[in-house]
Amino acid sequence: MNLGQSVLAPGTAVGGFRIQGTLHEGGMALLYAVDAPGASAPPSFPLLMKVPRLGFGSHPGCLVGFEVELMILGRIKGPHVPRLVASGNVEGAPWLVMERIEGARLADIAARAPLTAAEVARLTGAVAAAVHELHRQNVIHLDLKPENVLLREDGTAVLVDFGLARHAELPDLVEEEFDLPAGTGASISPEQLAGVRSDARSDIFALGVIAYRLATGKLPFGAPTTRGAMRRRLYIDPPPPRALVPDLPPWLQDVILRCLEVRPALRYATAAQLAHDLAHPEQIPLTERAARRRRSGPLVTAGRWLRALRTPARAARASTTPSHHLARASHVLVAIDLADRREILAEAMRIALRRSFVAEPDLRITLVTVLAPQPFGEESAPELDHGQQTAALIALRHWANPLGLPAEKLRIHVAEGSDPAGALLDYAAAHHADRIIVGARGHSALRRYLGSVSARVVAEAGCTVTVVRSPGERMV
Amino acid sequence: MRTALLADIHSNLEALQACLAHARREGVDRFAFLGDLVGYGADPLACLDLIADLVGQGSPAVCGNHDTACLGGQLETMSFAARDAIYWTRDQLGPRERDFLAGLPLAVDEDDRLYVHASPERPQEWIYIAGEQEAGQAFAATGARIVFVGHVHEPLLYFTTPGGALRLFHPVPGVPLPLSDYRRWLVIVGSVGQPRDGNPAACYALHDSAAGTLTHHRVPYDAEAAASKILNAGLPEQLAWRLTTGQ
Repeated sequence: MNLGQSVLAPGTAVGGFRIQGTLHEGGMALLYAVDAPGASAPPSFPLLMKVPRLGFGSHPGCLVGFEVELMILGRIKGPHVPRLVASGNVEGAPWLVMERIEGARLADIAARAPLTAAEVARLTGAVAAAVHELHRQNVIHLDLKPENVLLREDGTAVLVDFGLARHAELPDLVEEEFDLPAGTGASISPEQLAGVRSDARSDIFALGVIAYRLATGKLPFGAPTTRGAMRRRLYIDPPPPRALVPDLPPWLQDVILRCLEVRPALRYATAAQLAHDLAHPEQIPLTERAARRRRSGPLVTAGRWLRALRTPARAARASTTPSHHLARASHVLVAIDLADRREILAEAMRIALRRSFVAEPDLRITLVTVLAPQPFGEESAPELDHGQQTAALIALRHWANPLGLPAEKLRIHVAEGSDPAGALLDYAAAHHADRIIVGARGHSALRRYLGSVSARVVAEAGCTVTVVRSPGERMV
Repeated sequence: MRTALLADIHSNLEALQACLAHARREGVDRFAFLGDLVGYGADPLACLDLIADLVGQGSPAVCGNHDTACLGGQLETMSFAARDAIYWTRDQLGPRERDFLAGLPLAVDEDDRLYVHASPERPQEWIYIAGEQEAGQAFAATGARIVFVGHVHEPLLYFTTPGGALRLFHPVPGVPLPLSDYRRWLVIVGSVGQPRDGNPAACYALHDSAAGTLTHHRVPYDAEAAASKILNAGLPEQLAWRLTTGQ
């Protein structure tokens, strides 16, 4: 058997698995559908076998990419990555078996672009959520593109092909292996071009390229194949998406161009913040990016070109890791009960918040309140609800005023439901909250009747919860 | 097979006991001793008792420069503090301990692995693996895929790339590293009894040959107790002080 040199026929047995058919003959690897006929407890999901191309003339990156993928798949978990099932080798030629994701390929969807703003937001948000879960596990993908994203039936994005990925706590087997920078010409980030493989925001840049392509059908920087041509993105900005698709909403252009900023610090700090904005576009504070109608002129470009020249090719190597980076960019939910009028509690909560954002420069704060449904007749409800919603938004803004937060850091959400704790927990899970700040319950008869929201949030939240008690108050 | 690798114990009983206990909790099958069992510390006899027992039960062990120095010979390449400790240790050792140390090999070969105190390049010369050059020579001197060494007193990892270059990695404590079959690995195990990387916690590594992983561990232990024994034994003060700071 020439594993990795020629295509295997259906029925061939490899390491306890049986080839059912060829799925893909890539330049780097061969993919097969397999089953496990002899297994006592075969996995309940379909299986895929990956075999790197080996032998005379094959790219040396084939084996390295395979090694990296095997190492990283062995360390990550969750619905956003395929499950690793087994690995082994036949006479030194390696293979691995993982979960086969049966769903749409983002590459096929991208071929239909330009898509509507709502579709772009939904798809990019799904990929961003997957990327955030990857970053939370201390892994950076570093080669995100539509070809490497699959979508489960429920819309969950699954990231595949970890051949260029980096796990912050494992040796980097990829770095500086070959003459060309490790990445894909269309979506490689400026810092990757400088040899930096430790910045999680490189994936944000690639998410921007994906969103740009979905929104316009075009690639923002083309698909260059040489290092010199890739470096043009350091000083030539992409055509603003609205120049290509005039009815694209300004907020979407703002989001896309922010992801594509040359300096990582100017991009979204986290994929979760990007996903959060895409879920609530009406709250995105528009910047000058939203209004751009054309690329920067030659003078600006020349200035950037000079600056890019001065930037040493090996720019200061960020020694950060995704987990260190995320620790400085939490998403903090502040649960506010507008019926609770104790100013002393509000101030105690604001003090707790100020403490957080001193330590975390890229923090995002979302104030959330939950409104009870109105006990009126159904026909009059919409107007009343609207008025109630607006009043709540105004009250929350007023609550946040003393914090003096820049618009960029603050978001507001008014949920509705008869189960405030449940609504808070759902929102926290959906938007990757890292911490919830909630006030301790007071002593009103109403609160005693409703039960303690904070106790249930503490018990059930998947993240850290801070319960703030106002000074001078004692539990009775 | 899960093997706990212990290097540069240097007669530090408190650190040795802490690492043995930690490794047993991790479910190891056996230990491997990478040399410099004695020297510097105040408990050579108790340490050698424990180690000889484990070696008798099948744990491999090799000798280090401090171990052979305790058997005799000139010490001109050693620092004054190290020499003082060697002279003191020579007085402590009885015939049983001497025989045990004299019986230790310079290196142990096992499947695709090699256990040796310093570089496998002329092991009797105790060459420090101070950088890529020495690491390259170490790989060239052996056919083993995985080489376990001590002597450096700081946990480090060198590995080969397909292009033939070497790369250095600073392992993160507690994180299992997969040692890919397609590369060679030079595992520098940090010191049990005298860490020098600024972290006073004892250091050892755990190799799981079935899973193909290596994990470096840091184990806090009562360094103050080990240090006061050194002072009470009349050994150089700096040998006590450095245990509490990991210098």
